Amino acid sequence: MIHESIAATQAVVTLDVPLPDIFWGWFVTMNMWAKSIGTGLVFMLFLLMKKNPDEMKGLRTPTLIVSFVMMNVFLLFTLADLHQPFRMWHIFFYPHWTSAITVGAWMATVFVGLESLMIVVMLRKDKCLLTKNPTGFFDKLLFWVTLLAIPVTLYTAGIMAEATARELWQMSTESVQMILAATLSGSAAMILLGGSKLSDKTKQFFGAILGLSALMAFIIYMSEYIFGGMKSEEVIAILSNIKGDGEYATMFWVGQWVAYILPMLLIALARVSKSSNLLNLASILAIVGLWVVKHVWLVIPQLLSLS
Amino acid sequence: MQLGFLVDLHLCMGCKGCEIACKVENEVPLSTWRLRVKYVDVGAFPETKRTFTPLRCNHCENAPCERICPVSALHYIDNGIVNIDSERCIGCAGCVMACPYGAIYIDPETQTADKCTYCAHRVASSMMPACVVACPVEANIFGDLEDPTSNISMYIQDHRDVQVRKPEKGTNPHHFYVGASQVNLNPLASERVEGFSLFNKITHLPLGGHHE
Ligand code: SF4
Ligand code: SF4
Repeated sequence: MIHESIAATQAVVTLDVPLPDIFWGWFVTMNMWAKSIGTGLVFMLFLLMKKNPDEMKGLRTPTLIVSFVMMNVFLLFTLADLHQPFRMWHIFFYPHWTSAITVGAWMATVFVGLESLMIVVMLRKDKCLLTKNPTGFFDKLLFWVTLLAIPVTLYTAGIMAEATARELWQMSTESVQMILAATLSGSAAMILLGGSKLSDKTKQFFGAILGLSALMAFIIYMSEYIFGGMKSEEVIAILSNIKGDGEYATMFWVGQWVAYILPMLLIALARVSKSSNLLNLASILAIVGLWVVKHVWLVIPQLLSLS
Repeated sequence: MQLGFLVDLHLCMGCKGCEIACKVENEVPLSTWRLRVKYVDVGAFPETKRTFTPLRCNHCENAPCERICPVSALHYIDNGIVNIDSERCIGCAGCVMACPYGAIYIDPETQTADKCTYCAHRVASSMMPACVVACPVEANIFGDLEDPTSNISMYIQDHRDVQVRKPEKGTNPHHFYVGASQVNLNPLASERVEGFSLFNKITHLPLGGHHE
């Protein structure tokens, strides 16, 4: 289209200001990655409660603590990425509700607050003033926290969709990718965390979630890779960074292999051989690879010149 | 009242007077610009010509920067200007990511977002924006789009090739161009080769993007 007219016009920018570099870099990648694990673990704990509550014994508190830590890593990087971090309180005192950033910050704060409450209740089991049945209280609250984890996972897709300058990010695909990132990394973290506390059958169940999440996320990325350019010329220009000898082509494929393709193969092998080690390896790869995948997808639209 | 801008590119001669006037008026720090004139050369030697395009915030009716700002630092004022309150800004760069025109920057001194405000402070005192005053050929036309007798409205009535940047984005800019081609308005219509600038060899500044 218009880009093809350059052959005829030989149009070249001869004087302009330097363009700003990447604005949302690896701090934001850390933010998305840590949040995926944090909310993903809550989803998995809820599934475990529904599927096999007996195996939750000894896993309630550790799982929630790991989720809580990841949520705090997410909040820390969100804060560190601000150019005026000490003004963070403005979000609570001057909230602008059309912004997914505002809605997300409020929801994430409530989410972390509820998680803290659940952890405190479990850690002070014997002296808990709030309830006589801490475990029952925990399980009840887990339902509401799981419900809240859905929009907490999704809101980053809303921010990406509101960043309209970055044509690649669309709410529909990004929201599915956010949920899949949570189920992928959550199931992987659960397999690693569960260790001997989980039966082989339950581990295989989480392995299946991991494998299916990887498969679906991979299909969506490949769909964007192949068909994304049909949406607009800007998307063609953005995707050129991960095609051919594009700047992020290698990193893109490393991410796809490590996060999705290898874990899928390993999960299939683990099901046949009933090997926990293969499951563990698939889990580690999925968690590491997810960071790479998210980073590439975050950075490439920012390479496009907007003016 | 709905204030708007129109640049007649037939008149613009790329003197950059507006750019300098804006810098001085708004004390825009080094390495940042609220308004700049982009040069694009077209054709192959000796059949070449140079085009000039002043680029600034479009004060969109449906502004993605305003929508994404979590603290309403970016806000509309009654005369339609999209203004910014730098005391309120938390520097999340959401607006930088949302503006489809790259019109917002993070001020390296205040570490807050900033952009063209159509010189809202001057307008409040019934003065024209600094760039309008500085232009020697009156290529910048500024006024009330809701008043059919204003200069800008009459200019729009009289010209058939009135355009905005990236209309497909649905932002409804209040900034128009007359005499523009794709080369002027669409960044994909020209190459941006390394060392493109006449005066230096910098294509990207690491400003703002401090965490790659
Ligand atoms: S041009 Fe950009 S900064 Fe200006 S109002 Fe529109 S979206 Fe906001
Ligand atoms: S950088 Fe400032 S003005 Fe821009 S969206 Fe964030 S808080 Fe609002």
